[in-house]
Amino acid sequence: MTVVDAAALTAWVREFARLVHDQRDTLTQLDSAIGDADHGANLDRGMTAAVAALEATPSDDPAAVLKTVATTLIKTVGGASGPLYGTFVLRASGALDGGDGAALAAALRAGYDGVVARGKAERGDKTMLDALGPACDALDEALTAGKALDEALGAAAEAAAQGRDATEPLVARKGRASYLGERSVGHVDPGAASATLLVEAAATALAGRG
Amino acid sequence: MPVGLVVVSHSRALADAAVELARGMLPGRELAVGVAAGDVDGGLGTDATAIADAIAAVDSGDGVVVLMDLGSAVLSAETALELVDDDVRERVVLSPAPLVEGLVGAAVTAAAGADRDRVAAEALRGLAPKQAHLGG
Repeated sequence: MTVVDAAALTAWVREFARLVHDQRDTLTQLDSAIGDADHGANLDRGMTAAVAALEATPSDDPAAVLKTVATTLIKTVGGASGPLYGTFVLRASGALDGGDGAALAAALRAGYDGVVARGKAERGDKTMLDALGPACDALDEALTAGKALDEALGAAAEAAAQGRDATEPLVARKGRASYLGERSVGHVDPGAASATLLVEAAATALAGRG
Repeated sequence: MPVGLVVVSHSRALADAAVELARGMLPGRELAVGVAAGDVDGGLGTDATAIADAIAAVDSGDGVVVLMDLGSAVLSAETALELVDDDVRERVVLSPAPLVEGLVGAAVTAAAGADRDRVAAEALRGLAPKQAHLGG
């Protein structure tokens, strides 16, 4: 059954862009506490460009949709989130094989592994991985248990949000926040916050598809 | 053809000035140097697609050494390797050398016709004269 087609992925990208635009100031606020105060603006610029690129060159090929998003993010985001989100989507594009929930889960897992490799980071480092990792696990677990895709994505979004909130007491070990050391404690990681929006966008955009 | 060099920086001005400094050591000598610096709007930032294009432009088949500043420049340079052709990727070295010192060492060595690994090694040794002088 094809539920994860090009239209579904485009809807996901548009919903993520909408959430990032809405929460642009919140993301920047989080980043001003422990980073360089550009995460909201950078990601908003990148996702706005990604939506425009999909409108300019629409495709029926799901992998091509993700490839367009990846190269646009790499080109337009500017900060470290460009290559990190770009790598996530690029690896997901390369791994996407099929149109069911399991294929989507495998693609997201490949994207997650790509970010681990690119950032030389792991869970607990106070990064986007702290949201993406639990989301991938929850998605796999729910699908393995026979849950429908929209229910599984709902569980993934919940896991991402919990992972995001759990970054607050952590000491940052990667990126500019790591220069702050102990002073990074007490702030939610902006990358984990935006990654949660990515998973929430998937749950919203793919709801009712299976 | 000499080994190609690519300079990756958040700042176009910084990259251009570093290249000017390196070229100043080599009056009249041939040197293939590409610059991928700044974001799409000309502000501070790095762009992996621009780095991939710069690598392709200076690659003559004898290899490319990429020098970069810090932070997202490193992530973008690594990401660029995913965007170039497989045969090109095998010829590219991402150098952990400091940008200015590494570039000068690499440029002098590349212009003398050394191979890629030698150029990369000289880039890495770029700090040595300063360290020796200052007793570091």
